[in-house]
Amino acid sequence: MSLQRTTDEVLQLASNYFKVPREQLGPDDDFFKKLGINSLQALDLLTRLEQHFHIELPDYELQGVSDFRTLAERIQSRL
Amino acid sequence: MKTFRGKTLSWQVADATIELLLDRAPCNEIGFQTLAELEQFTHALDLLQTDAHTLIVSSARKQGFCAGADLRELYGHLAGTSPGQRRAGARDFLERIHHVANAIDSAPLTTIAAVHGVTFGGGFELALTCDLIVADKMARFCFPELRLGLIPGFGGIPRLKRDVGNGVVRDLLLTGRSINATKAQSIGLVSQVTGEGDALRVARATAAQLSKFDRETAIAAKRFIKPIPHAELQREIEIFCELFSRPAVEAGLRKFVESKDALPYLP
Repeated sequence: MSLQRTTDEVLQLASNYFKVPREQLGPDDDFFKKLGINSLQALDLLTRLEQHFHIELPDYELQGVSDFRTLAERIQSRL
Repeated sequence: MKTFRGKTLSWQVADATIELLLDRAPCNEIGFQTLAELEQFTHALDLLQTDAHTLIVSSARKQGFCAGADLRELYGHLAGTSPGQRRAGARDFLERIHHVANAIDSAPLTTIAAVHGVTFGGGFELALTCDLIVADKMARFCFPELRLGLIPGFGGIPRLKRDVGNGVVRDLLLTGRSINATKAQSIGLVSQVTGEGDALRVARATAAQLSKFDRETAIAAKRFIKPIPHAELQREIEIFCELFSRPAVEAGLRKFVESKDALPYLP
């Protein structure tokens, strides 16, 4: 799977779950701000991403990560 | 009391099942009030168990099963105390919560934790006292205590070690990372993974099945296979109290308490 496709799937999943129109989300957006989520909801997002991509992504790998592109890169490295 | 409704939890008996429901905002953080009501529950267990076969522990809070100790309350109690007073206060709290945990762990009932969402720290430890863990697919488990300069103090390490391999214990303890329900099931920690919002229903269905079995046989089986690791539990209290008066703990708690995030659970 390409990074482009991984990023697209991350954006689509975030859009579906947090009810934000897909066209309003871009790879460089801050997902905390764009989705209006706190750290607990970020854990929810992490669980959904792990289930969707069938990976395990330790939460410490998300330290300092707030944009979709970097999040997708972290996922890509586990695929 | 066959039914009870307190400030942080409630219980009732129905269909030979005791249901203990945690309900304190935001995510069932365990402070002095919850501890006192859990003590009331364990005192009531002698009476409750005469009419029951199973105990189900679950949460009414949307955010999860339990986020562990009430760190804000704990930090408030630290203010202006000497290291000796802190150690004594920690020991008193831990001995009380261990008494509760041991009572649930050894109860002559089959016990099921029905968990969802955040199952962290003391919440994870509470789930580990139960015979079975039924987990919503969105549940996450974590021992974040090392981030605060502590080890889990409610009996978590000895009970986790009882249930899974030492490598898994080291992974969860030393990294402080959270794992999802699927991973928890794959390592033997979780009995069943359910759909979202379905853990309590599955726990009740399991309880209905268990009620078909002879109770004395179930109690004998449990006593045979699930010993209480008393010596390690006591050692855990000693290590926790040794660590608790160190400056790193106060600094870690201050960082947590002063966080602007209402739920600062990410590392």
